Amino acid sequence: MAKIDTSFLDIGYLDTLAYQASPIQRLDPRVKLLTTLVFIVLVVSFDKYAITGLIPFIIYPVVMVALGNLPAGFILKKMLWAAPFAVFIGIFNPLLDRHILIYLGPVGISGGWISFASIMLRFFLTVSAAFILIACTGFNTVCMALEKMGVPKSLATQLLFLYRYIFVLGEEATRLTRARSLRSFNGKGKGIKVFGHMIGQLLLRTLDRAQRLHTAMLCRGFDGEIRLVRTFRLGVGDLAFFLSWTGLFILLRWYNLPQLLGNLVTELIR
Amino acid sequence: MHMADALISPAVGGTMWAATAGLTYYSAKKLRDNLDDRRVPLMGVLGAFIFAAQMINFTIPGTGSSGHLGGGMILAILLGPYAAFLTMASILTVQALFFADGGLLALGCNIFNLGFFPCFIAYPFIYRKIVGARLTRGRIVLGAMLAAIVALQLGAFGVVLETWGSGISELTFKTFVLMMQPIHLAIGVVEGLVTAAVVTFIVQARPEILATAPAGQGEGPGFKKVLAGLLLVAVVTGGGLSWFASTHPDGLEWSIAHVTGKEELTAPEQGLHAVMAWIQEQTAFMPDYNFAKEDKAEPAKGEAWPEVNAGTSMAGIVGILMTLALAGLIGLGLKRYYPKG
Repeated sequence: MAKIDTSFLDIGYLDTLAYQASPIQRLDPRVKLLTTLVFIVLVVSFDKYAITGLIPFIIYPVVMVALGNLPAGFILKKMLWAAPFAVFIGIFNPLLDRHILIYLGPVGISGGWISFASIMLRFFLTVSAAFILIACTGFNTVCMALEKMGVPKSLATQLLFLYRYIFVLGEEATRLTRARSLRSFNGKGKGIKVFGHMIGQLLLRTLDRAQRLHTAMLCRGFDGEIRLVRTFRLGVGDLAFFLSWTGLFILLRWYNLPQLLGNLVTELIR
Repeated sequence: MHMADALISPAVGGTMWAATAGLTYYSAKKLRDNLDDRRVPLMGVLGAFIFAAQMINFTIPGTGSSGHLGGGMILAILLGPYAAFLTMASILTVQALFFADGGLLALGCNIFNLGFFPCFIAYPFIYRKIVGARLTRGRIVLGAMLAAIVALQLGAFGVVLETWGSGISELTFKTFVLMMQPIHLAIGVVEGLVTAAVVTFIVQARPEILATAPAGQGEGPGFKKVLAGLLLVAVVTGGGLSWFASTHPDGLEWSIAHVTGKEELTAPEQGLHAVMAWIQEQTAFMPDYNFAKEDKAEPAKGEAWPEVNAGTSMAGIVGILMTLALAGLIGLGLKRYYPKG
C-alpha cells in the first residue's frame, strides 16, 4: 500500500520538474517531442549486436539531465521499476544464442550476451528519453503539442482529462484498498467477490462524478468542444535545438564513434 | 503484456504506429459524427477509473498470486468501441510516458494489441452477439469470459508476431507462442471473471446504466468495414514486415558468417573501413591538407589487422570507456555552468 502511495507521488513529481525555469524547459514542446522521437527511432534502428554504436547516444540523456536540472538518481530508480519486461524477454538471448562472437583475451563472449547487453542499452536509452521528455516538458504541455501536431482533438482532451482524474480516483482507490486491508484477517475477503463489489462501487462513484463534471462544464458554457488556449511560437533557439540534436544523432548513427576512438588510441599506443 | 522499445525494430514499430494512427482518426471521426457531449468527461474519468482499478488487487484462489483488471472489455461495454478505443489509447500513452510500461515507439503496438482486439473484435463479434440487450447473469458471465479470452489471445499473439518480426529477441516463433498463449489464457479467464463480476454488480445496483449505454453509443462497426480495416492492416503489416525482412537480414547473415568462420574477420574490417572511409572523405574534400599523409600510412595498419583479433574488441572497449568519460565530463561541465538553470 505504501508502494501505491509513493508511486502516485512519483507521477506528480515527474510532472512538477517541468515547472522549473531552465533553458530546456522553456523550449517549444513540439521540438522536444520530435527530438525524442528521432532519438528513439535511431536508437532502435541499430542491428541487434550493436553496443559500441549505441554508447555515444548516452550524451542526450546526460546533457538533458544536466541542462534541465533533473534528478538523475530518481530517473534511474524509476527505470529499474520498468525493467522486468525487457529483462524477461531479453534474457532468453544468452540461453539461445551461444555462438562465441568476441574474445576478450582468453574469455569468449557469446552473441547472446552481446545482444542482451544491446537490449538493455536500448531499454536504458529509450526509457530515459521518454522520462526526460515528461520531466522537462510536463504532461499537459505535451498533450497540447500533440494537438498542435495533428493528433485528433478528442484524443488530446481525453489525455488531459485522464491525467487530471488519475490523481483523484487513484486516491479513492487507495482509500478503498486501505479500508479492505484493515478489515481483512488472514487474507479473508480479498477474493474476487469483494473485489468485484469494490470495483463496481468505484465505477458507480466514477459515473456519478462524470455526471457532476458534465453539469459543471455545461454551467461554464461547454458546447461539446474543449478549447485549449496556448500559443506556441517556434523560435530560432527551438530550431537550433532540434537541428543540432538530430544532426548529432544522424552523425552518431553513421559513424561508430567509440570504435573510431578506440582504434585511434590503440594504434597510437602500439 | 506491454511491448518495450528495446525489443522492436523501427519497421515494425512504424507499421503499428501507422495502423494505430489510422484507427485513432477513424474512431475520433466516428465520435465527432455522433456527438454526445456527455461523453467527453465520461471517457476521461473512466480512463482514470481503469488506472485506479488496476491498483486494487485480489487474490486468485489456490495460487497465491494476485490479479487485477485489464480494462479493455469493461470500457467497450460501457462506452462502445470507438470511445473505448480512444480511452484505451490514452491510458497506454500515460503508462508509456510515466511508468515506462512499453515505450513510445512501441506505443503503436501496445494500443493495437490492447485496444483494437477488445474494442473492435471481441466486443462487437462476441460480447454483443452473446449478451446484447439480454442482461442475464449467465449470458454476462459467458459473454465477458469468451470476449476477454479471445481479446487476450489475439493480443498476446500480436505481441509474439511483433517481437518475432523485429528480430531483436532470439526466441523462436514457436517457443514464444507456446510461452505466451497459455499464460494469456489464464489471464483471459481472470479478466473475464472480473469483467463479469463488475458488469453483474452494475446490473444489480444500477441497471439503467447498461440498458442505455449500448443504445446511446450508436451502432457497432459494420462487419464489412471491420473486415476491410483488417485487410488493410494485414496488407500494411505484411508490406512493412517483408520490407523489413529484405533490408535487415542480420540474423541470417550473421549465422552464415559464423558457419564460415568469417565473422571475426569482418567485424574488425568494419572498424577499419569506417576509419578509412572517414579519412578518405576528409582528404577528398580537402586534398591540400596534410591528411593525405595519414592516408598513406593506413595500408600498413590494414595488413596488421586480421591477426590482432582481440585488438578490435580492446579498441571497442577503450572507445566505449572514452565516450562514456567524455559524456560524463560534458554532463558535469554543463551542471557547473548552469547550476540552477
